[in-house]
Amino acid sequence: MLILQCPYCGIQCDETELAPGGQAHLKRHGPGSSDEDFEAYLFDRDNPMGVHFERWRHANGCGKWFLAARCTTTLEVFGTYSAQTTEPPAEIADRIRARRPNWEGRT
Amino acid sequence: MSDAMTALNGASMQGPVAAVREAALQGMVLLRGDLADETLAAVVKDLTGCDLPGQREMVQAGNTAVAWMSPDELLLLVPYEEAGTTVASLSQALEGVYHLAVDVSDARALFRISGEGAREVLARLCPVDLSPAAFGPGEMRRSRLAQVPAAFWIDETGTISLVCFRSVAGYAFGALSAAAESGPVNFL
Ligand SMILES: [Zn+2]
Repeated sequence: MLILQCPYCGIQCDETELAPGGQAHLKRHGPGSSDEDFEAYLFDRDNPMGVHFERWRHANGCGKWFLAARCTTTLEVFGTYSAQTTEPPAEIADRIRARRPNWEGRT
Repeated sequence: MSDAMTALNGASMQGPVAAVREAALQGMVLLRGDLADETLAAVVKDLTGCDLPGQREMVQAGNTAVAWMSPDELLLLVPYEEAGTTVASLSQALEGVYHLAVDVSDARALFRISGEGAREVLARLCPVDLSPAAFGPGEMRRSRLAQVPAAFWIDETGTISLVCFRSVAGYAFGALSAAAESGPVNFL
């Protein structure tokens, strides 16, 4: 069972209070971009054993989307943060590095 | 004009440690907007007598209350007959200020769970820490009631009020009744 803190309500949400939204920080390329870029936006997904970034929605709550950094093997949660960001915030990255010194950052 | 009725016509049940009943008609106004906006805060205060609630808070003043539902959403509880005029007053006073005000009174159902086991009844259905240390008066909690979304608060007497969509009122009452049917576990 996964417990994530909603950054908007401050509630420690049980997984069943949330709706999953897949991988976070996908880039949708703008007009004039190549077919490959669009294909990657639609279909290319990471499937790491370890640090992963995800979108979640507090569906049975405030209804807001937020992002979470967690480990897919241990379910350790490194933190949750606003969805209005294109990169994980520095404090989240620091927390991940403290717990996973070999983490190479988002690729 | 037809008479306004609640979803379940005041259905009720009595369990060994808690009672569940559908409450009378309650005026509910949903207000969305920028909660940091001073005009919005002043208008809400003027209309309801309540200060703007902070995160997850619920502020009460007489027979009205204002609850924090999300970073840009409030729920105003007013007498049923006043919901329409509240929306009209909000729209007028907030002219030019970004907002959305809707009378949702007839789109919701309201239940009261009372008695010693009220917290336990809810704890059987919601993934929420309902111990008195974690949840008390003055908080509006949105969560999941079995399989439907719900929002609830508890008053000083330990009675829990629960709001859900009117379309699932029958389901909610059934779930609450089933949870209230059995005796206490005395875990909370
Ligand atoms: Zn939330």
